[in-house]
Amino acid sequence: MITAERKPLEELIEYIRPFDRILLVGCNECVTVCAAGGRKEVGLLASSLQMASLKSGKPLDIKEMTLERQCDPEYVEELLPVIDGVDAVMSMACGCGVQEVARRFKNMPVFPALNTTFMGASERQGVWAERCRGCGDCLLGITGGICPIVRCSKQLLNGPCGGSSTGKCEVNPEIDCAWQLIWDRLKALGMEDRYEEIMPAKDWRTDRGSGPRKILREDLAE
Amino acid sequence: MENFEPIIVAFCCHYCAYTAADMAGSRRCTYPPNVKIIRVPCSGKVDAIHIMKAFEKGADGVYVAGCLEGDCHFKNGNLKAAHRVDYVKKLLDEVGVESERLEMVLMSAGMGEFFAETASRFTEKIRRLGPSPIRPVAHSEAMAAAG
Repeated sequence: MITAERKPLEELIEYIRPFDRILLVGCNECVTVCAAGGRKEVGLLASSLQMASLKSGKPLDIKEMTLERQCDPEYVEELLPVIDGVDAVMSMACGCGVQEVARRFKNMPVFPALNTTFMGASERQGVWAERCRGCGDCLLGITGGICPIVRCSKQLLNGPCGGSSTGKCEVNPEIDCAWQLIWDRLKALGMEDRYEEIMPAKDWRTDRGSGPRKILREDLAE
Repeated sequence: MENFEPIIVAFCCHYCAYTAADMAGSRRCTYPPNVKIIRVPCSGKVDAIHIMKAFEKGADGVYVAGCLEGDCHFKNGNLKAAHRVDYVKKLLDEVGVESERLEMVLMSAGMGEFFAETASRFTEKIRRLGPSPIRPVAHSEAMAAAG
């Protein structure tokens, strides 16, 4: 999932200071799962903003709405009946959702309530960790299901480096050395021969090397 | 300020604090009428939004009362409630409402006197802190809305 964290309240208050009527829009997908921008978080942020506003003597007209997905135009269209009654939108979706709302409602100021952070997995309740960089050329088949691009601090293709010590990374002792994990897993699978193969330099054009990326499925595209 | 009577909302678990409040009544223990009790099936049922809304609507203090550790009827709802209270304290600090206005307390159904003591202690604490910074506006608004 795409993970995110809420921005500091002070920053959000600054965004909406010039406006009286705000629409706070959540998203039912990834940000709901990582407890950053679902219906519950929309309610809590609306309450925080309302209280901050009441403290300064000005009640805020704040509407709450949570869409099934903010990154799909079909769902963003559902804002149409309420958008005319507000001065600004604050989105609690990831950056994709914020941009989709801004693209659809060109005359409406749209502000992000979250800092979109990474593509990750849930390690345990309340803990999410980065797992995928979206490099466009997946290496997991060679590296025993552990990604060296995102889990190695140096993105090494032929690790580990000299900073690996007792299975931990020199960048931070709380980070597992990705190459130690890869070796342990390949060994457990009896696939040590894969480790012996020298990986050539990665072609970063599939990553961000060729600018913003797009996927076109001709059978689906209209 | 001298005449300030705080509004306190107490979310009380049915299996402990609510029964303790009953016990306090049976034993003729007095406690301040400022405390408005909301009975919940478990303190773990109290969501962050319930606490936030209480403050937003003008409460000067809120406490969540759950069972003693290990005694939760639903295993660990009281511990979940305690974590949630810690989280809401951070939200309140961010808004500029003193987090001391929110507390988690634990008791058993037999602790009627402790219930009364807690209600008195918390009410006095909030009385010393003074009105919530949210309250005056919320009240004047309510008055205006009432015409």
